[in-house]
Amino acid sequence: MANTDNVIPHAALTGHEEHGGHAGHAGHDEHADHGKPHGFWHRWLTSTNHKDIGTMYLVFSCIMFFIGGAFAMAIRAELFKPGLQFLDPALFNNFTTMHALIMIFGAVMPAFVGLANWMVPMQVGAPDMALPRMNNFSFWILPFAFTLLIGSVFVPGGGLAGGWTMYPPLMVQTGYALPMGIFAIHLMGASSIMGAINVIVTIMNMRAPGMSLLRMPLFVWTWLITAFLLIAVMPVLAGAVTMLLTDHFFGTSFFNAAGGGDPVMFQHIFWFFGHPEVYILILPAFGIISEILPTFARKPLFGYDAMIYATASIAFLSFIVWAHHMFTVGLPLASELFFMLSTMLIAIPTGVKIFNWSATLYKGSLSFEPPMLWALAFLFMFTIGGLSGLMLAMAPADFQYQDTYFVVAHFHYVLVPGAIFAIIGGVYYWLPKWTGHMYDMTLAKWHFWLSTIFVNVLFFPQHFLGLAGMPRRIPDYATQFADWNMVSSIGGFCFGASQILFPIIIWQCVRGGAKAPGRVWEGARGLEWELSSPPPYHSWTEAPGLATLEHGAPVHQTHG
Amino acid sequence: MKIKPLLPATLAGLLPLLRAPAAHAAWTLNLTPGVDQVSRDIYGLHMLMFWWCMGIAVVVFGFMIYSIARFRRSRGAIADTSLTHSTRVEVIWTTIPVLILISMAVPAARVLVETTDTDGSQMAIRITGYQWRWTYEYVGMGVKFVSSLDRRSDAARQLDSGIDPYSVPHYLLNVDHPMVVPAGVKIEVLVTGGDVIHSWWVPALGIKKDAIPGFINVAWFDVDPDKIGTYRGQCAELCGRGHGFMPIVVKVVSKADFATWLKQQQAIAKSQAGVAALQATSPGPPPPANAL
Repeated sequence: MANTDNVIPHAALTGHEEHGGHAGHAGHDEHADHGKPHGFWHRWLTSTNHKDIGTMYLVFSCIMFFIGGAFAMAIRAELFKPGLQFLDPALFNNFTTMHALIMIFGAVMPAFVGLANWMVPMQVGAPDMALPRMNNFSFWILPFAFTLLIGSVFVPGGGLAGGWTMYPPLMVQTGYALPMGIFAIHLMGASSIMGAINVIVTIMNMRAPGMSLLRMPLFVWTWLITAFLLIAVMPVLAGAVTMLLTDHFFGTSFFNAAGGGDPVMFQHIFWFFGHPEVYILILPAFGIISEILPTFARKPLFGYDAMIYATASIAFLSFIVWAHHMFTVGLPLASELFFMLSTMLIAIPTGVKIFNWSATLYKGSLSFEPPMLWALAFLFMFTIGGLSGLMLAMAPADFQYQDTYFVVAHFHYVLVPGAIFAIIGGVYYWLPKWTGHMYDMTLAKWHFWLSTIFVNVLFFPQHFLGLAGMPRRIPDYATQFADWNMVSSIGGFCFGASQILFPIIIWQCVRGGAKAPGRVWEGARGLEWELSSPPPYHSWTEAPGLATLEHGAPVHQTHG
Repeated sequence: MKIKPLLPATLAGLLPLLRAPAAHAAWTLNLTPGVDQVSRDIYGLHMLMFWWCMGIAVVVFGFMIYSIARFRRSRGAIADTSLTHSTRVEVIWTTIPVLILISMAVPAARVLVETTDTDGSQMAIRITGYQWRWTYEYVGMGVKFVSSLDRRSDAARQLDSGIDPYSVPHYLLNVDHPMVVPAGVKIEVLVTGGDVIHSWWVPALGIKKDAIPGFINVAWFDVDPDKIGTYRGQCAELCGRGHGFMPIVVKVVSKADFATWLKQQQAIAKSQAGVAALQATSPGPPPPANAL
């Protein structure tokens, strides 16, 4: 039988035996391995299997994390002491731009897509994603996009150096790197949009019978909402960067005042994308945390419905706060007031989520395996990032914070001990499921503690630097900023070095380790834990029959 | 053992790194109140937010730490799996944050409105950002000049200059021609850009306004009469390779000293050479009439 990969067999839905071939078969394994390509290149280049594609996204994202991290290490090395030691200022600006673009578009977003690919089908009881060939294409665009982006560093005239926010008129002063970078962004955007379509179609159409929307796991819910955000705003980014391109090459004046245009219009368009984008970068993380905490608290997530409403509220509000990135551009008073108030409003559903997670811990029975450690660190440090965000929302105070290290500290707190820690926690949570082996717990705890301590050494002093008056995106600084910069740089080097443990642990786990059961963690609930570890190459080829749902975590009723 | 002699050598090598800087306080933790009413009000708002955030953090982290410490499996805690939702609790912990936010929004809105109130300004200075220097034009007073990074800082900041930044007074925060203003006078600044977007930021005045080519942004300040002194700031919007090297220096003097300075500057401006040089560096055509 060809192409059974992405079709739920009729038998599962109607109860009839079809094709006669089912009777007398030895078991699931034969069908489960059906269609697995042979040969390394054929397998990985042409795979339409959500597990393989998920793996490729995660490996790609890990590589990009280290490349983006290398740019960060260079930045912190230059900022270790006052004076210019290593980098020409233009190269420094290129490095800060590349660091952000690679981390956002190459590390965090592909990691979330990789986790979605691996987990969403298994969690909803589907055999694969709805559009497996488009899935393959979505992934394979990325290596090309990033070759173009990283290649732009080396072209004559210098690489992209206007910040990841790419404001004109400065950005229009870029040379050959501009079209390379913009084309790379278009490719990445196309990949994200296709991935988002795939997620939505899968979730809306391929859930196992009995899994209504309000019974889906939180990770699936947050990805569903994220996918809508992606489809809404990635085209807006595409529009904005295309206008940069035409301003530079085709004589348009979208952002050129002398030609009748407005540089601030770019900022409006960019941040209309940019603010939902930062929620795209955190909503799947919220989903991961909502999976991990109940497992290790041995207690269902507190306030399942409230969590979904809060996530949906955050997503809606994210569209009407964008100009809080623009408080100093000279907006009319009414606009400044509106955006200040709407930004403050987002604190409410975000706080509700934090309270619900905390209530999940309350009266639980907590154990502290590595995934739990990362999730708890997220809970604390994302809260810190959220509180500094609330301070930033106050427009007149933001006059002192905008474009300083206070902002840098805020977004790194929500992105690093926020999104990145959630991704790492998710990997440690699901890795035994994917590989069938437990990993070295001791080494994983070393990874955790070193990361947690040094991420704070790295980013907490940056709050002080911003308040002391240090602007961002500068390669050299006045001597009164030297002390905290040195502390931050030391934190950066140690944090960066600690990350080397991660691929080592993963690689050892892939190669071998203690055998992992289907339900890897005692408190884990959800359809993915009903499958073996590792799961069959094609899982849920027959839709699972769902037993009584436990607070949003459907339990598979086995047929004996 | 090889480690023993290595350790003192490493420590000795690290010691110079711990030297305290020549100027300004190191290890700074916080904003300062600044030198006029607006900057003080901004500082007050900042501190209000800070203490609210500290209070929220104490409560929230306290609850988290309590739960983590008390409900550990290793201490025999059994999970209460019936505790899964409570509409009452959701309403409470939604309502309380709303009330807290309202108490923050009221002073914030007041301070925001205050920063826009340019009524009664007694003088205006047009500030233009260029790559990579500022120009200051005292509107209607016939004074205009360029303010660039001072020469000693500029020499020291070059890659491999060999000059110790600590040996340069106000390294990267010094200019050749500071903006001189009188204390106790309400002054409007009209900020614009000459090439790309810059941002004029002086923390002590509580002002940060983007300098956008083709548009004029307005801010105001009125330095307390007892706050005579020199206040420094930097460009706050990435503007190319020289972004970190175009500082701002505002020298606040008494009204009498300002009058003296103004006369001197006007005399300089009147000389033919001064006028011609300035015209050679003047910015392009005036912005469109509807730009504000």
